[in-house]
Amino acid sequence: MTNNMTFFDEMLSDDGARPPYEAYHAWFAGQNNTRLANKAQEAEAFFRRTGITFNVYGQSDAEERLIPFDLVPRIISNREWAKLSKGIDQRVRAINAFLHDIYNRQEILRAGVVPIELIANNEAFLPQMIGFSPPGDIYTHIVGTDIVRTGQDEFYVLEDNARTPSGVSYMLENRETMLQMFPELFSKIKVEPVSDYPKSLRRSLAACAPQGCDGRPCVAVLTPGIHNSAYYEHSFLADQMGVELVEGHDLRVVDGHIAMRTTRGYKRIDVLYRRVDDDFLDPLTFNPTSMLGVPGIMDVYRAGNITIANAPGTGIADDKAIYSYIPDIIQFYTGEAAILKNVETYRCSEPEMLSYVLDNLADLVVKEVHGSGGYGMLVGPAASKKELADFAAKLKANAANYIAQPTLSLSTVPIFTESGLAPRHVDLRPFALMSPNGVNITPGGLTRVALTEGSLVVNSSQGGGTKDTWILED
Amino acid sequence: MLGKTAGGLYWMFRSLERAENTARLIEAGFRIALTRSTGAEAEWKSVIITSASQAGYKAKYDRYDSESVVYFLLQDTDNPSSVLSVIKAARDNARLVRTGLTTEVWTSVNETWMVLTELLKDPIPQTELPAALATIRAQSAVVRGALHGTMLRNDIYDFCRLGTFVERMDSTSRIIDVKYYSLLPAPSFVGSRLDNVQWETILRSVSAHRSFRWVVEGDFSAPAIANFLILDGRMPRSLRFCAGKIVDNLGYLGMDDKEPKPSLLMAQKLCARLKDRDIGSIFEEGLHEFLISVIDENLRIGLQIEQDYRFNS
Repeated sequence: MTNNMTFFDEMLSDDGARPPYEAYHAWFAGQNNTRLANKAQEAEAFFRRTGITFNVYGQSDAEERLIPFDLVPRIISNREWAKLSKGIDQRVRAINAFLHDIYNRQEILRAGVVPIELIANNEAFLPQMIGFSPPGDIYTHIVGTDIVRTGQDEFYVLEDNARTPSGVSYMLENRETMLQMFPELFSKIKVEPVSDYPKSLRRSLAACAPQGCDGRPCVAVLTPGIHNSAYYEHSFLADQMGVELVEGHDLRVVDGHIAMRTTRGYKRIDVLYRRVDDDFLDPLTFNPTSMLGVPGIMDVYRAGNITIANAPGTGIADDKAIYSYIPDIIQFYTGEAAILKNVETYRCSEPEMLSYVLDNLADLVVKEVHGSGGYGMLVGPAASKKELADFAAKLKANAANYIAQPTLSLSTVPIFTESGLAPRHVDLRPFALMSPNGVNITPGGLTRVALTEGSLVVNSSQGGGTKDTWILED
Repeated sequence: MLGKTAGGLYWMFRSLERAENTARLIEAGFRIALTRSTGAEAEWKSVIITSASQAGYKAKYDRYDSESVVYFLLQDTDNPSSVLSVIKAARDNARLVRTGLTTEVWTSVNETWMVLTELLKDPIPQTELPAALATIRAQSAVVRGALHGTMLRNDIYDFCRLGTFVERMDSTSRIIDVKYYSLLPAPSFVGSRLDNVQWETILRSVSAHRSFRWVVEGDFSAPAIANFLILDGRMPRSLRFCAGKIVDNLGYLGMDDKEPKPSLLMAQKLCARLKDRDIGSIFEEGLHEFLISVIDENLRIGLQIEQDYRFNS
């Protein structure tokens, strides 16, 4: 599949290093490969010792794995970042407005901009949220927008991840690792710091506390527990914010509030940053078998006595069919054209689009509308004849469950190998925080990299790695 | 602090203490098995009884040979008290309470788990056993060092220490109890070869075979050993020492309490039984009966701590 496509390499053009990479490239040229290989091993040992690992579902033998870390940074110029962050800010505000609208007046449906079937028949749409406004009208407290690049000025949003974006701990730990390994680089090249993220997160969450909260809001992180794949991140964020990390069985409803069991009795929580899915949040309201949530939390929520971040029901915005309407959604709520482009998306629920998709399956990427993490998707150009035929059958049986997109020629950034630099495909996930005080976007993000030559799948669950992401200072 | 976190810290340090104690027990048993042609089986049996895992052992093995006992106590994941099992438990608890630990403590526990998981993944040949046991003890020392050197002296530290001393109290009591008969001052046995070997085992099981000689200045009598292990407040594995530490740490935790918590009252009572008394009076009470009551009372203190500090509910 690599043969008939050309890729934009972010570091190197035919004329040498591109401007954002000039200083780094010059530094790299003076390095010794063996020394760098040792550094790479040091980094791996550091990650293991620190326990920066993730669990892979359904693989008990390899219970804990490392996400491979590549020591070549991904560098973005200040000008490029200014446009990206402006575009993310706009998207986040529009999505938040959209969520408030569809759970309240539903003007966008009445205006016919988004078809009502997309909402009405959607599992991620929570009827329990209808007619309710969360504290500060904030739904999307934390968003991790997935962005891909295909050319010098070509950036596309691939997914909005308004539900529970993960990976921010890698943004922070990758920088920490780079600072330890190559301190001299940071004195040569001025890079925007990312280390304020935990402080901003705590401040942003506290700013969303319920109105009745008097005094300093008590924030806590809710995790499904140590066996969850992202547990490391949950404990890391709680630790960095200086707040308690709780599980469902630490919590109960006390006097109409959510409270956590401490060694000195129950203590009230005002803002719960939950890393538990909607369905498991409250066994009295949602999945009755859930052991991960808190019975009665939805009643407390609807009474306005706790902030849940992100708000239940936010997942509807991650639906890949809704995604295809985001440019219209931005236009509808902000009156502006979208700053960041969407990837062209074929909704298989529409007969003409389905027949186009079936005719061009070998050139397209097909995804489930509710899917995430790279599971259940088809990468046409990489699929065998049999895989294509099998997928076509699934597609015909349940067309509305899928969307298709052209295979993007994702940009590459070199990774370090023992024989030198080698280009690999990357994406980018910056993190945005939203509160009544505004949207705060940390200059940086998580760069995921497909380590296999030619591969376009960057997901860590599918063998992807990460890079430190540098936004250059002006 | 969350009740769950307090429980996680407490159990993390009980597990670490157990790993270390088990390594010592095996070391002492191994020495005897090497140096004596007869009685090795009885020695290994008493090791299993001391580790309180007889039921689990008998379910799998019918003989007390060194290979099976060592495997069972070090590596068998069916045995919840094997070193491999408790190190995993300690590390799981450390992950649970990660936000309460310094980076040094967390890293040392995580590293200990990595090192020991690798070390214990295959059966260990006899020739490698001493080195393996030394590694287990060395790793425990690393964690302890990180705890002492980097943790704030606050309630987090107190729960870590409580776990350590409740576990150690249990362990030392059992070590003495399994051999209590050899400590009874029956004149006909004193000085016999059997007793010397048994005493040596006891002292080695608590890493006190050298310090004892310094402390007693040549008085190698049974009552001197019993006194040293039970009542000597300088000996960091004695019952008196452990009980004192439990009282201290519960005291720090309850500093602001208007009424002392039940666990503190119970610990104070137990400590009083070990303070300012003569070993002769314990022999009169009955050494075995005394030890059993200490083990029992220590168990109840542990359960009361769980309740007083809401570990589980």
